[in-house]
Amino acid sequence: MSSASKIEPTVQGTAREHQLFLLREMLRIRRFEEKAAEVYSLGKIHGFLHLYIGEEAVAVGAMQALNANDRIVATYREHGQALARGTPANSLMAEMYGKVTGCSHGHGGSMHFFDISRRFYGGYAIVGGGLPIAVGLALADKMQHHEGIITACFFGDGAVAEGEFYESLNLAALWKLPLLFLCENNLYAMGTALARAQAQTNIALKAQAMGVPGESADGMDVLAVEEASHRAAQAVRAGNGPLFLELRTYRFRAHSMADPDLYRSKEEIAEWRTRDPITTFTARLRERGLLSDHDLANLENAVAAELAEAVQFAETSPWEPIEDLTKDVCTPEVGKL
Amino acid sequence: MKKKTTYREAIRAALRQAMRDDPRVFLMGEDVGRYGGAFAVSLGLLQELGPERIRDAPLSESTFVGAGIGAALGGMRPIVEVMTINFSLLALDQIVNNAATLRHMSGGQLSVPLVVRMATGGARQMAAQHSHSLEGWYAHIPGIKVLTPATVTDAAGMILAALKEPDPVFIFEHATLYPLEGEIEERIAPVDIAKAAVCREGRDITLISYSASLLKALQAADRLAKDGIEAEVIDLRVLRPLDTATILASVTKTHRAVIVDEAWRTGSFAGEISAQITEHAFDELDAPVSRVCSAEVPMPYAVHLETAALPQADTIVTTVHGLL
Amino acid sequence: MAEFLMPHLGADMAAGTLRVWHKKPGDRVSRGDIIADVETDKADVEVEVFTSGILEKILIEPGTKVPVGTVLAIIRQEGEVIPEVSPRVSPEAPAAAAAVSAPAALALVHEEGRLRVSPVAKKLAQELGIDLASISPTGPGGRITREDVERAAQARKAAVPETAPAPADRAARIRQAIAAAMARSKREIPHYYLNTTVDFERALTWLNEENLKRPVDERLLYGILLVKAVALALREQPEFNAVWNEGQVILKPEINIGTAISLRQGGLIAPALLKADRKPLGELMKEFRDLVQRARSGSLRSSELSESTITVTSLGEQGVEGIFGIIYPPQVALVGFGRIEQRPWSVEGRIVSRPLITASLSADHRVSDGHRGGLFLNAIERLLQQPEKL
Repeated sequence: MSSASKIEPTVQGTAREHQLFLLREMLRIRRFEEKAAEVYSLGKIHGFLHLYIGEEAVAVGAMQALNANDRIVATYREHGQALARGTPANSLMAEMYGKVTGCSHGHGGSMHFFDISRRFYGGYAIVGGGLPIAVGLALADKMQHHEGIITACFFGDGAVAEGEFYESLNLAALWKLPLLFLCENNLYAMGTALARAQAQTNIALKAQAMGVPGESADGMDVLAVEEASHRAAQAVRAGNGPLFLELRTYRFRAHSMADPDLYRSKEEIAEWRTRDPITTFTARLRERGLLSDHDLANLENAVAAELAEAVQFAETSPWEPIEDLTKDVCTPEVGKL
Repeated sequence: MKKKTTYREAIRAALRQAMRDDPRVFLMGEDVGRYGGAFAVSLGLLQELGPERIRDAPLSESTFVGAGIGAALGGMRPIVEVMTINFSLLALDQIVNNAATLRHMSGGQLSVPLVVRMATGGARQMAAQHSHSLEGWYAHIPGIKVLTPATVTDAAGMILAALKEPDPVFIFEHATLYPLEGEIEERIAPVDIAKAAVCREGRDITLISYSASLLKALQAADRLAKDGIEAEVIDLRVLRPLDTATILASVTKTHRAVIVDEAWRTGSFAGEISAQITEHAFDELDAPVSRVCSAEVPMPYAVHLETAALPQADTIVTTVHGLL
Repeated sequence: MAEFLMPHLGADMAAGTLRVWHKKPGDRVSRGDIIADVETDKADVEVEVFTSGILEKILIEPGTKVPVGTVLAIIRQEGEVIPEVSPRVSPEAPAAAAAVSAPAALALVHEEGRLRVSPVAKKLAQELGIDLASISPTGPGGRITREDVERAAQARKAAVPETAPAPADRAARIRQAIAAAMARSKREIPHYYLNTTVDFERALTWLNEENLKRPVDERLLYGILLVKAVALALREQPEFNAVWNEGQVILKPEINIGTAISLRQGGLIAPALLKADRKPLGELMKEFRDLVQRARSGSLRSSELSESTITVTSLGEQGVEGIFGIIYPPQVALVGFGRIEQRPWSVEGRIVSRPLITASLSADHRVSDGHRGGLFLNAIERLLQQPEKL
């Protein structure tokens, strides 16, 4: 069964199959990001590349709470979310290569993955810029009486400093919109630590102050993320207005490939690495006899094969013809440029 | 059947008609509901259509414009009213980085059928922070359309035309035009939003303008006629996409052009039009293309200073004389 | 065998300097190990290796700056034997040619007969006196370019014979130069025109008396009185005794009156009477006779044609009442006189018959205005009432 198939809500946390599935999803993201780093070093990917390594539990855990007709808005660090949502690795790798077969036809690159067939509304490079979009999507569903559909908006601790964060929380609360705010707090907005940017570092408290009830969860524990996300999503689906979930996590790599990571100590990174979501989950599964070496090798091999195929696909895919440069600036049906 | 009305009432009628025809259309902005609209455009609509369709937004320009984008993506047909172009600066990120780019950046997966209306311009002693004419900045951006209705018919018809567009449309209503009198049909029809209009024919010189400046160009044309100079006056109506064909056909006839634009002269949209005329009709010109724009000064409050800063019919007449 | 390449580490990185190797040949390396430190523009970055194996050979020494993609080291799998390799750069990603979006060609309907000329070509053609219609255009869309005009000028020069030209040829060339100048004058100089009627009775009376005292070949023509009056009036209104050069008025210290002389073969020429304000009438007359004779025989000196600061023309003998002529550039004024005619005139309230002459002024409005022009004409008029002082 390919992990690119439709994601159904599953029995939470207990079934072995489901837990192996969660592990596999996290591994897919981890290996994809490592591969992305490798091909970036070879000059196959250019511009900015923001790796999700260390944060896999957040995307994978949260995605379990979302249905096929829910809407997702994310940031420029969105490879994890896109993969967990089900967009094929081929399509994402090709997008980073800039090929026409990429999910955004090579127009966006790493920061602008879009997959509307899976209701994945991007990939935003301006910190905080996706929040108002998410507010609007939720507003549309509410006004059209689309019962049970929610919009999930991923953003980082950096966005908490932007005015749009407060404006969006306020508007979502004021109009009781079906919006789930998912704050991936990895403690750093590029090189600026949260404590150096915020007088009040309790982010969930800020959400509450704006009228959006919020709580926090351990973002390094995929089962904890899954459980918290399910509860929150259910509540939002019931139509009681928006909710806020802070996931405490950490990125093991620098902000981007261009970042020399001078603002964090090696000790701190090493400390967080002991809480690696994949290592810790693997250990737990082994402990409970749910995962053997053989199982793990199979998983790794399957993931490796998927990624080798993705790289091959990206390498051999064609480029968009230059003649089509301005083709998609406007929608052709009515107007022209 | 035609009825007498004003520019502002015509817009109101168009909004009402659009919302009655299509349940996806709604109006969102500051004070559009209970206040009745800062320029009284939406007066009475809240009572008629209810708070779901006429939504008062908090003073969060960036987020309610972004929400308009999101709502458009989600299947609605929002009309976002930014009270004035001066406040739209707070929403520029959503406009430039999201509304204009989403189609191309997503590889054609998304369209953003959003309409944004804003009041614009000076000449009411509103001083520097309330008098901008930045339509040219918007016309600079690929992916959106920019409309500048200068007549009552266009004010109403452009809204209906804009609602048919799959991509973002920005409509700029000059604040001094709201009381302009005119006539509209009982049932408003959408107007063309691709072509400029020749609103006065002439042989001696082409005056190109849009929005409130168009009226000054027409006044200038009347005065020039007394001097035996027949000016052809073009109402651009749409800044993006610009109808260069109509402009060039006129210049080919008259061989001289003056562009009247309320924006500051440096980097004005008039400069763009001038460049296009030179590029495409170089051999048709008997004189350099001239511009009448606002002076390089933050709009002053005192009436004589404001009048001196803005383009006036006098300046247009003098400029024309200098070219003939 | 795998190659470890200088990695691409950031948006604009084109080259990096290897600072430190953390492994040496023979060391085992695993995928993900930090193998070296590389210095970029921004900082030193730890670089990982993506293959596992034995570090076989280091190709680049610390401190060397190399382009992204250069092979830095070779890693072999266990048991592999590696042939000699030399550093090379990996091939570039396919370069996309720059797309030029040309503006769509817009078809314009042109007026019949409208020439396509670039502004600089037009200006040059005017200066050189070349008829645009005679030039073959080579510019885009059939446009006449500067080069086209220069080429036409060269061709024309080549067509002129090198040997001393016969007088007829010379006269023709002079005529051609005048034609070009006249056309340019009318195009470029904003002319204004004033005229006044002068009572010529005193002047004529004085002239007759004066000529009785002179031998026949020294007799004065009335025209010389006009020239002298103009010359003296110029002392009062010097802005009419000037030239226009590149946007500036240059007042001339000396008053050289160009006198328009008609040529027998047709055309008009206006050689100068130099320092006309300072010479007595007799001398002026003598010089004038000389000019006329040489003008008609084609032996004027070029300086005589270029020294004029103003031109006076009289067509009284042809019966013309008034003249509103074209200024000879770079001069800024032209004074014309018509025929002398007996007409009714009011003197102290009574109607009498007087010989009247119309004096007209064509002036460059960039240099003078009607007020000054009026003063100038008034001065001429006044001076002609005291002919003995001329």
